[in-house]
Amino acid sequence: MKRRSFLNTIAVAAVAAGGFTATGAVAQDESYTIGVAIPSATHGFMGGLNFHAQDTIRRLEETYPQLSFVLATAGDAGTMVNDIEDMVATRDIDALVVLPFESAPLTSPVQAVADAGIWVTVVDRGLSVEGIEDLYVAGDNPGFGRVAGEYFAETLSEGDKIVVLRGIPTTLDNERVEAFQAAIEGSGIEVLDMQHGNWNRDDAFNVMQDYLSRFAEIDAVWAADDDMAIGALEAIAQSGRAEEMWVVGGAGMKQIIARMMEGDPQLPVNVTYPPAQISTAIELTALGLISSTPVSGRFIIGSQLITPENAENFYFPDSPF
Amino acid sequence: MSDTTSTAAARHFPAINLHVLGPVLALLLLIALGAWLNPNFLSYGNVTNVLARSAFIGIIAVGMTFVITAGGIDLSVGSMAAFVAGLMILAMNSLIPIMGVGIPVILCGLAVAMIAGFIAGWLNGVLIAKVRIEAFIVTLGTMGIYRSLVTWLADGGTLSLDFDLRALYRPVYYDGILGVGWPIIVFALVAILGEVLMRRTAFGRHCAAIGANEQVARYSAVNVDRVRIATFVLLGMLVGLATIMYVPRLGSASASTGVLWELEAIAAVIIGGTVLKGGFGRVWGTVVGVLILSLIGNILNLASMVSPYLNGTIQGVIVILAVVLQRERKAAGAR
Repeated sequence: MKRRSFLNTIAVAAVAAGGFTATGAVAQDESYTIGVAIPSATHGFMGGLNFHAQDTIRRLEETYPQLSFVLATAGDAGTMVNDIEDMVATRDIDALVVLPFESAPLTSPVQAVADAGIWVTVVDRGLSVEGIEDLYVAGDNPGFGRVAGEYFAETLSEGDKIVVLRGIPTTLDNERVEAFQAAIEGSGIEVLDMQHGNWNRDDAFNVMQDYLSRFAEIDAVWAADDDMAIGALEAIAQSGRAEEMWVVGGAGMKQIIARMMEGDPQLPVNVTYPPAQISTAIELTALGLISSTPVSGRFIIGSQLITPENAENFYFPDSPF
Repeated sequence: MSDTTSTAAARHFPAINLHVLGPVLALLLLIALGAWLNPNFLSYGNVTNVLARSAFIGIIAVGMTFVITAGGIDLSVGSMAAFVAGLMILAMNSLIPIMGVGIPVILCGLAVAMIAGFIAGWLNGVLIAKVRIEAFIVTLGTMGIYRSLVTWLADGGTLSLDFDLRALYRPVYYDGILGVGWPIIVFALVAILGEVLMRRTAFGRHCAAIGANEQVARYSAVNVDRVRIATFVLLGMLVGLATIMYVPRLGSASASTGVLWELEAIAAVIIGGTVLKGGFGRVWGTVVGVLILSLIGNILNLASMVSPYLNGTIQGVIVILAVVLQRERKAAGAR
């Protein structure tokens, strides 16, 4: 399907270029190809990111006939490197938008792309060496932890007890957790334990069940991700302790946002970490190619606090996430 | 439950008691360790939690015991469970406008799960027995196929069961009889029936015969292809059954459902004393293996005595130790 849409746009671009020959031969030079390499949709957040990437590409191809896109999704770092090499060798891309599957293995292949004079936009996960990319677009991981931590510090009082569900052990998870701990420091909130729920509903369900058997008093849960929040909520419901504690997830999954819009007391707030950041990256890259708008540098998308009052603005019913 | 089955098996093998009891000893040690570390470990709530969450892998691992005993392997069960769960949710959601929210929709969902499990297992079995492709390769292929199919069905996101229907279906995981949850009851029944099937029936003996030496089994008038396909069909249907117990828990399926279940099931089978190369299987051992694996995770969560980064290390060490102990005893006792 991707291949077909790619060929269609080539055809459209060719027709458009042909139509403009009267006005000038420059039209030929003004068509650009942008390669987009992202991890495949293996969990909710990446599913949302894939959705937004496809959506943005469709929209941009309609708006700018001179742009064409190559989208590749990879299940591991090795496949992603192959995809990028293919894009450079066979598709002759003018710009690359990449969300590195892992930082280290992708660093030198992306460096090679940049050295070939191709514009490089890196999304979300930085490369191991600084200064390779022309544009860096990312969510604010420390901010994600800080905004949640500030809410805990404001809402809870000294001596209140919380438990934390961490994600897959990564730098990204560490940044979030460190910022969260810094934000609650001095508030007197007691963190009973932090275990990894791996951003997975089932794992979070099991870990939360064990927290509930272990601790007689829990006032709040920082689930740090909406998939984990759903698992934790189910374990809490099973224990019949729903009145006792509330849960803060993160990333704004539509089911959670829908429950917040209904005013669910167990879900007081949420923190954004938008999968649509891929749209920001693709849009800016396209803008840089087709216009003289300067787009190099770093674009950090702030993490916002979602409350029942503003939840409507963060509800995307069409997205799978 | 494991106690009753273990004494039953001990009666069958009075001479090799020592090494048969290896996994049971490991399980008892873990239970003692857990009780010592946390007073809540033996509480009713924790025990039922651990048994109920063991049920999915446990039900699948019983089926896996037959496949491995017959000299096969199935890597596709985790993906298959996710795919069956996805199909089941889609089927039930789409039947609601026609049938309304009620028990009949859920019964249809159960039928879909069992039929899908049957077909998936049968496909694996036919490709292996009739087309004669290595079980490892066939199920490696179907593992990828089902995983990507469920991702595709969910459009990369999560498939969620209709909210009202979920409320109706939820008791299948959370309720039970006399405080024993349905998943635990189903797991126990599957384990007992599996043990009987393995020990008391021609099918069980044929599985072991094929696993030990396929040629000899063939010359002994065992219908090798049929038995082999039957082991995969049995496993597929047990995957369907496990899915039936799984879906009411969180009411959803996604690409991350059932990840690595196949390896957990295989590990449980091997810890329990079934030979990976086939020829000998022990269903009650598999049950002990499943409980050992669940208890390790549970104890690590309850105690938080090591960095959570090291959880995988502890699990790996215990799995290998359990098998090493057993092998040494087996070598000393049997040869």
